[in-house]
Amino acid sequence: MTTTLTPSPTPVTRTSPPEGFVMPDFGDRPVASGAVSGAPTGTPGTDPAGAGQAAYAGPRKMAFICSKGNLDMAYPALIMGNAALSEGVEVHIFFTFWGLDIVNKKTMKDLKFTMLGNTAMHMPELAKLRPGWEHKSLPQGKGGLPGMTSVATKMMKKQMDDLDIPDVPDFLDLLQAAGAHMYACRLTFDMMKVIEADLHPGVEGVISASDFIEIAEGAQIVFV
Amino acid sequence: MPTNTINGHTFEVDGEGFFTVRSQWSEDLAHELAPLIGVELDEEHLAPLRFMRADAGEDRNTPTLRRMQTVGGFEVRDLYRLSPGKPAKKMAWLAGLPKPVGCV
Repeated sequence: MTTTLTPSPTPVTRTSPPEGFVMPDFGDRPVASGAVSGAPTGTPGTDPAGAGQAAYAGPRKMAFICSKGNLDMAYPALIMGNAALSEGVEVHIFFTFWGLDIVNKKTMKDLKFTMLGNTAMHMPELAKLRPGWEHKSLPQGKGGLPGMTSVATKMMKKQMDDLDIPDVPDFLDLLQAAGAHMYACRLTFDMMKVIEADLHPGVEGVISASDFIEIAEGAQIVFV
Repeated sequence: MPTNTINGHTFEVDGEGFFTVRSQWSEDLAHELAPLIGVELDEEHLAPLRFMRADAGEDRNTPTLRRMQTVGGFEVRDLYRLSPGKPAKKMAWLAGLPKPVGCV
């Protein structure tokens, strides 16, 4: 499986800025020493893989592992992955276990948010009833009442929509368009009896854990 | 605040180099800036920049890529092709707008 990025348009000659000109670092100017910005340069002559230094020297790469299928656990990797792409970072996302629901067309629209087990659940709207209540954690028992998960899910979807955050299927389209590499976990795929036709078209393949480890070489890994 | 001068155009920028005064931008200036990041500014590049200027106006946030898709009707794929690497930041800079702050 290749991991090449979308080819850039025909290169145009780049001119140098005038003396004293301050311009943002878009990360694509040739760096004199080949050093990664922000990272201290190694002492010449030392083992490149030694003493806390990674051997990988390519462009910045991030790998996300999505292992949860709750609505609130789907968003972190989608949002950070998208942000990484718009910063020119190569992005790989591996959907495993319950996380496979995020890319399964049969389930991706209906991911749910439950307040059960989430003690940070509070509602900004309660401030209208009494100032200060917006910081109060809702009693866990309430989360078990019939219909509470559906109410909490609706509320969260509305809050995301108000901020113009796309829903999960749209988000996957966005990531695909931005060039993210997405994979489904082979073991989960077999275990959950998923069929390939049900996977979002942005998913490049159903791969094993070891395939993903190979692909993730040199990447900063984020496990969700 | 640093002040940049290029071919007779003068504009103020923040510490990173993003515009701080929107009215100091013009399309002529954008044509001067584009070669610095290896972009040849044609109509296809200018369309999103014009949308961004109109959408941001005098005091609103620089539109995010998502907003350029939903409100501006641009394809995200095209925006990445036109400004590879850091599309949102490159376009904000070319359009003379502040550094984008949105998450999506």
